[in-house]
Amino acid sequence: MNAEIAAFLGACLPEVVVGAGICVVLLAGLSGRHGRGLAYLLTLATLAASAWVVGASQPEAVVSMPGGSFVQDPLSRFLKLFVLALMAAIFVYARAYLRERRLETPEFYVLGLFALLGIFVMVSSMSFLTMYLGLEILALALYAMVALERGSAPGAEAAMKYFVLGAISSGCILYGISILYGVTGSVLFSGVAAAIEPAAVGQVAVLVGLAFVLVGIAFEFGAVPFHMWLPDVYHGAPTCVSLLVSTVPKVAAFALAFRILVDALGPVQADWQLLLTVFAVLSLVVGNLVAIVQTNIKRMLAYSTIAHVAFILLGFLAGEGGLPSALYYTVIYALMAAAAFGIVILVGGSGEADQIADFRGLNRRAPWFALMMLIVMISMVGVPPFAGFYAKWWVLWALVDAGQTWLAVVAVIFSVIGAFYYLRIVWLMYFDEGLNLPPVSAALDLRVVLSANSLLLLGLGLFPAGLLELCARALG
Amino acid sequence: MLTLAIFGMLAAVLVTAATGVIVSRNPVHAAMWLVLTFATSAVLWLLLEAEFLAIILVLVYVGAVMVLFLFVVMMLDVNATVAREGFTRYAALGSVIAAIVVGELLALLWLRSSGLPITRPLAGMPDGHSNTREIGLELFGGHVFEFELAAFLLLLAIVAAIMLTHRQRPGLKYQDVSAQVKVRREDRVRLVKMAAERDE
Repeated sequence: MNAEIAAFLGACLPEVVVGAGICVVLLAGLSGRHGRGLAYLLTLATLAASAWVVGASQPEAVVSMPGGSFVQDPLSRFLKLFVLALMAAIFVYARAYLRERRLETPEFYVLGLFALLGIFVMVSSMSFLTMYLGLEILALALYAMVALERGSAPGAEAAMKYFVLGAISSGCILYGISILYGVTGSVLFSGVAAAIEPAAVGQVAVLVGLAFVLVGIAFEFGAVPFHMWLPDVYHGAPTCVSLLVSTVPKVAAFALAFRILVDALGPVQADWQLLLTVFAVLSLVVGNLVAIVQTNIKRMLAYSTIAHVAFILLGFLAGEGGLPSALYYTVIYALMAAAAFGIVILVGGSGEADQIADFRGLNRRAPWFALMMLIVMISMVGVPPFAGFYAKWWVLWALVDAGQTWLAVVAVIFSVIGAFYYLRIVWLMYFDEGLNLPPVSAALDLRVVLSANSLLLLGLGLFPAGLLELCARALG
Repeated sequence: MLTLAIFGMLAAVLVTAATGVIVSRNPVHAAMWLVLTFATSAVLWLLLEAEFLAIILVLVYVGAVMVLFLFVVMMLDVNATVAREGFTRYAALGSVIAAIVVGELLALLWLRSSGLPITRPLAGMPDGHSNTREIGLELFGGHVFEFELAAFLLLLAIVAAIMLTHRQRPGLKYQDVSAQVKVRREDRVRLVKMAAERDE
């Protein structure tokens, strides 16, 4: 019996730590006036504890839960450590934002940890059942966080839209799963792959199931034509929640796509590649073109997300060789989005800086953070020597390698068009006089973490090989 | 043959009750029809030898969910005539959707003959076979991790619901328990000395 419990815990110890952390933070929030500060510290302690648990395990070992529905493997460890680091930065940014607005509640940290738990479950899932539960935990936490600011009408609208569309997408993915289960008789990814390998039984039903599951994946990424929620949610949610929604769930979406498309539905690769090509090209077009006309920076970043997501999907289209580049792109994208929203939080101070016009003359108000924003924007364009360049470069390279040159050409053309809206912000920051606003001030922790986050983009651009090596090793 | 007769009878009751849900004018009556629908479905499940699920259906849906429904219906004071105004307007769309569902069911029947594994009949269970035991073993044995995750999902739903609804508002009335406990006699009771009144 003890051996069984040990095997069980061995496969889900990081999740157990996060779950325990949730309960502790929930109780700590009750302790009166100090509840918020205590909840914040305990949240960071939970992140540290689970990072220690993940980091202390054998890096190459694959520990599977009895039954095989859950696994700790190199990919899940890599993604978990990355998400933990990113979440720590997000909590620092979010705390600065929430304190300025007197919105800070212990529940924010509890819900943030729930989102983390959902992501942990998703990146480690080896069956549709656990994957779906992880997806729901993540989604439910995000819906509630979008509605964090009770008095705000755009916030309530965004939360409603996100909730309704999310429920529909969740229904789609569940329907797809039920069809695949009906055809293959298994919810395990390996079982599904083994059952559809001979490609003789129920092909049509497999494809129908595949289509529904793909809808769910595309929704999670925010790929066109399932991108409708993205601009509204980014716009209506408090900026710290937009920051959260734009970063870590995309890492979870990568895991969702990788585990389902490659592990479970690998045998029908040709079919999902066809649909994914459509999603990717549409996302490139819509993301880059619509972003140009935005006046709200959060909406602009939403469309920029759509354009970046297209590149992640392109990585999946480049076959086996493209997967490390897709993972690399996901990681770099999450870092860039976190830094961009972090600067929006910083410039906003106790108000909001959600209009692009608010960035006019930032160089005079905060020269250092104007420089950081410059790094982030240039990196998003994909100019060397910043990390965004290598992310795009490797995806394109993998595409050409896989013989999909036309996709690479389309991606390059629309990236060049997209450069306009990133560079416009740079232009406004440096060459527009702007209003005579006081210099930007912010808490020390926010400034330090934000600078580190932005400089990391430069650092990873100067020394790109290490991270790509890690990505390739994580995918085995 | 007897099973088929019972099935036919129950199916007729089920369809009638389901029709009652959507055509009755009074929302409370609709809820009552829904209770009958659930109860009849539970008996149908008994026919499939799913005893445990049948009882759970009665306990959870009839016992808990429907009571909640009735509470909501009575608290919200739904105006039945307004709610029913769209009936003819949506009838066309409704019948299209119904036709699609019927078509899908027919397609499913047709698929049964096309080599899918679902053509296998359900195996009969030996005597003394316990559904409850099997479900318990699956839930707390093979799928205990998923079970725990679902528990966390429910905890999350509770936290989210409380966070979204419980907040400080001006004019909110609430009990301050510690103030109630700490109250002393002197705060509440005042002894007044007054001259005895005389009736003259």
